[in-house]
Amino acid sequence: MSLRDIINKNLTHWVSGNGPDNDIVLSSRIRLARNLENVPYPNRASAEEKAAVSKSVIEAISQQNEIKLHYIDLADLPEVEREVLVEKHLISPIHAKEGMEKGVLLNDNETISVMINEEDHLRIQVLIPGLQLDKAWEIANNLDNLLEARLDFAFSENWGYLSACPTNVGTGLRASVMVHLPALNLTNNIGKVLGAVSQLRLAVRGLYGEGSESAGNIYQISNQITLGHTESDIIDNLKSVTTQIVSQERQARKLLLQEQEIEVKDRIKRSYGILKYAYRISSEEALKLLSNVKLGIDMGIIEDVDQGVLSELMVLIRPAHLQKIDGKELTAAERDIKRAELIQTRLNM
Amino acid sequence: MLCQRCGKKEATVHLTKIVNGEKTELFICEDCAKETGQIPFNGNDPFSFQNLLAGILNPELNSFSGIESELKCNRCGMSYKEFTQQGLFGCAYCYDTFDNKLDPLLKRIHGSTRHNGKVPKRRGGTLRVKREIEELRQELQREVERENFERAAELRDKIHDLEDKLGGE
Repeated sequence: MSLRDIINKNLTHWVSGNGPDNDIVLSSRIRLARNLENVPYPNRASAEEKAAVSKSVIEAISQQNEIKLHYIDLADLPEVEREVLVEKHLISPIHAKEGMEKGVLLNDNETISVMINEEDHLRIQVLIPGLQLDKAWEIANNLDNLLEARLDFAFSENWGYLSACPTNVGTGLRASVMVHLPALNLTNNIGKVLGAVSQLRLAVRGLYGEGSESAGNIYQISNQITLGHTESDIIDNLKSVTTQIVSQERQARKLLLQEQEIEVKDRIKRSYGILKYAYRISSEEALKLLSNVKLGIDMGIIEDVDQGVLSELMVLIRPAHLQKIDGKELTAAERDIKRAELIQTRLNM
Repeated sequence: MLCQRCGKKEATVHLTKIVNGEKTELFICEDCAKETGQIPFNGNDPFSFQNLLAGILNPELNSFSGIESELKCNRCGMSYKEFTQQGLFGCAYCYDTFDNKLDPLLKRIHGSTRHNGKVPKRRGGTLRVKREIEELRQELQREVERENFERAAELRDKIHDLEDKLGGE
């Protein structure tokens, strides 16, 4: 099997697909927390009660034909396969840990995932490429309606949808975008931008790492508040902030080319060189260099590699994916070598 | 490769430390990594929301009278004290049980204490109707200002119908 086949087989839609502003916004995500009224939350439910939750959710899904989802019982999956789902952002790291009666419903192209018995009974997630929060909301809202017609969700007139954690109560909505901001970082503006964002009741975190340090310059921005605002207010706020960040990142890229052209070109081409010839590489170094290469592609400095390389490789070079592609367990040291190999094959494609 | 610390288990954690420009590499197993506190693992993160929430709420425990600290959900058995320690409700009925404690907490988290978003069709109770009445009242106001009395009368009847519906339940 060629690497292209392997990539196509393993990649999930938010990685392989395209969307608006995809050069900077890698993905948009909508997540809804929902619970059944008469069953204790997963942190307090018995195994039987959790099994009953899975059963009724699966049944509700099977009673409609509009959205096709298949169920995976996580207990049936080996650890590496569960981790693959985490690396694709389809389930949370906590959900992948061993535990009772945990499951996930997925559609064929993996844009929809419904975690069952995570912190809440249901976590409906829609994850699609580019800046498409409205579309993601439309899909999630529709699925929520289909489920609500058949399941008794816990809802209060005062507090809205009741969740296990008080930070999710109300709309139960967490909307987020994943953005790649290398130029804002290189021009030392990232702190300012992210500081401003957190004033607007949004949370920012580096996807790999903590605070404003992020390997690969990849950040996730999401709403912090779920109660008191409408869903469309929450989504519009995130959308308008993201649009502004995108335009600031584009400006910073222009500025870089005007003022530090030689330094930037050198940095990008060196990164490309290391990725093409390294014999082994850690995921942190790889992400850092891939971020530079992606910037080079977006700025027209590197022309023989396509745009999707960062999204694809940021998932494929992670431990579970490397082991899945290789078909066996690998030590960290072995993975560093396999990672370098995989990156080279992909860059030469 | 075996763990360089205990020499027993498979090394699954590759640790690279750079201190003052000096790089050290370590291959250790997950247990040793946890034990030496090298990596923050999920579940015991001191800055997790649950731990922060417990920190916010615990001072309030001091002001509790005996009765309040005994506050317990009838359905799932979760006590208010447990809730403040875990930061998670035990079931949907805990919200009603801890009702008078919730507003300050929700205000602190969300800056608001009332839901304004989506109302489910089947389970939304009277909220859907109430919202509809609210919207019709605003429309009525606008039509009256425009002196569009025919339409205003229609709206008034519609509002009365909906109010009857609410009263009848």
